[in-house]
Amino acid sequence: MTIVLDPTGESAPQTRQRVARPESLQGLTVGLLDISKPRGDIFLDRVESKLLEMGAKVNRYRKPTFTKPAPVDLRHEIASQCDAVIEALAD
Amino acid sequence: MRCPKWLGNPGTQQRRFTQQTPLWKSGPMPSDAASPATAPPLPEGLVVVVKRDCPTCVLTAPVLADLADRAGLTVISQDDPEFPEPANWVIHDSDLALSWHHDIDTVPTMLKVSGGVATDRIVGWNRREWEEFTGVDNLGGDLPDWRPGCGSLSVDPTLTDELSVRFSGSILKSRRVEIAALEDEWESLADRGWSDGMPVVPPTEARVLRMLEGTTRSPDDIVAIVPPDLVECTVEKVAVNAVMAGCRPDYLPVVIAAVEAACTDEFNMHGLLATTMPVGPVVIVNGPIRQQIGMNSGINVLGQGNRANSTIGRALQLVIRNVGGGRPGGVDRATHGSPAKYGLCFPEDEEGSPWDSLAQSRGFDAGQSTVTLFPGESPRIVVDQQSRSAESLTRHLALALRSNISPKLAMVFDSMLVLSPEHMSRYRDAGWDRSRFLDEISQLLMIPGDELVRGAGGIEEGLPAAMAGTPIPKFRPGGLLVVHAGGGAGLFSSIIAGWVNGATGTDPVTREITA
Repeated sequence: MTIVLDPTGESAPQTRQRVARPESLQGLTVGLLDISKPRGDIFLDRVESKLLEMGAKVNRYRKPTFTKPAPVDLRHEIASQCDAVIEALAD
Repeated sequence: MRCPKWLGNPGTQQRRFTQQTPLWKSGPMPSDAASPATAPPLPEGLVVVVKRDCPTCVLTAPVLADLADRAGLTVISQDDPEFPEPANWVIHDSDLALSWHHDIDTVPTMLKVSGGVATDRIVGWNRREWEEFTGVDNLGGDLPDWRPGCGSLSVDPTLTDELSVRFSGSILKSRRVEIAALEDEWESLADRGWSDGMPVVPPTEARVLRMLEGTTRSPDDIVAIVPPDLVECTVEKVAVNAVMAGCRPDYLPVVIAAVEAACTDEFNMHGLLATTMPVGPVVIVNGPIRQQIGMNSGINVLGQGNRANSTIGRALQLVIRNVGGGRPGGVDRATHGSPAKYGLCFPEDEEGSPWDSLAQSRGFDAGQSTVTLFPGESPRIVVDQQSRSAESLTRHLALALRSNISPKLAMVFDSMLVLSPEHMSRYRDAGWDRSRFLDEISQLLMIPGDELVRGAGGIEEGLPAAMAGTPIPKFRPGGLLVVHAGGGAGLFSSIIAGWVNGATGTDPVTREITA
């Protein structure tokens, strides 16, 4: 038997339960996160109009750049203001 | 433990000592719990550490008995518990803990002990020294005046791996993973997803402890927060991955500096990993460490064959993969990738260059060892076997550099030019230095906007129409990095194209290699 050392970050998370899917979007706030790729806004404009037709409220957000993770403050802002979020990648 | 010979593991060598029993290993092995990680105290007073398998120790046996009688001596025997004789003044260092922790490298070693630690020591047999050290005269009148000692069992190359794991293994915090006897080690590591696809060296405790001898930093020091999972990476985790990549311990400081540089905000390793472009962290080494660890800056510098060149960049990539969790198909979204993403690392040929080095051009001294990380794809060649003047060669290199990433795009992507010695000789002959070269080539890389805008040349890709009518520099200021390396024959240079620069991409980062 050989013993080796784990080369990973050993941060494999516990399996997490998803938030229950809402029955309806009526009255819920949905965040739309634009990752700042070209034409992502055009795609999100269309998604927003569809969501509004379904009775949802929509908040729009934008990452400073698509090449880096969303800043912590932006993630907190979305989590505290929205019931659901759609992150959009268009290219 | 199976250890391949090529790794230089001394465990495959023959034992040097011939005595059959009792060996320190012949009895029950001390359990890990019973093996102290800190030094056990030595007996007080005068102490001599010996082993029967040492002719000098055997020679001094009558002197040891004499000293026990006249001066009150304790003998610590490493192998035979009844050497030099069965006596209450003889202690058996059965697990070699005393010898290991008190740094006995020669037997006999005579110690003065106070408070459990040695305050003075002499080694070998030397009558005059022994008499002065003990204050006892007329020692060993029949013995020769002087005999050198033998190697201590605790530094026997066949035992040091096992002893280091036993006595120092507890400093390692990584999760232990058992590979069963019937498993193939390499298959097992590959199945766990810990490899870049090429074989990795199993990171056993002994190998990781040996690797850690390459740095003065503590194994639990945090080197960096590694993307994309943003995991704290210790010196130990870097060492584990350096073992897997095939590094020698003396490469470790270079790997550590490369990990630090890669995980800065300027270098943006997250974006570099996540991009669909075929780029990875290219590591350029400057300064004295290049020669100290035997890097190759000459023939085939960007290719295979030199262990340091081949494994340092790979170790960085394994840290990103294993510690950071950055894997192709996960956060790594490269459309094609490139061979450079296995790890591309090379040193600059500073000695053969008439110019200041890349690191010096970035503000470091020639005496400092550094890594510069550049976000690059695989190199490609520029052939120019006809230019005899610096002007002609520069015009040709500029033309080739226009196609860096795309001939229709400019400013957004950096580039690294690797000048060969024969191309550099054109600039040596012309008396051009680095800044003259960069000034000249920058002027040649001013491109009419009309040629770059969308639609120009019948190509829809390009710069916005507003750029028409204006000369556009191919590179931002400082966006062309130049290094001198390669074999002595070949009128070629190499271009390593970068990716998006600046705040939304990557800026090259230079870090000093310290410990």
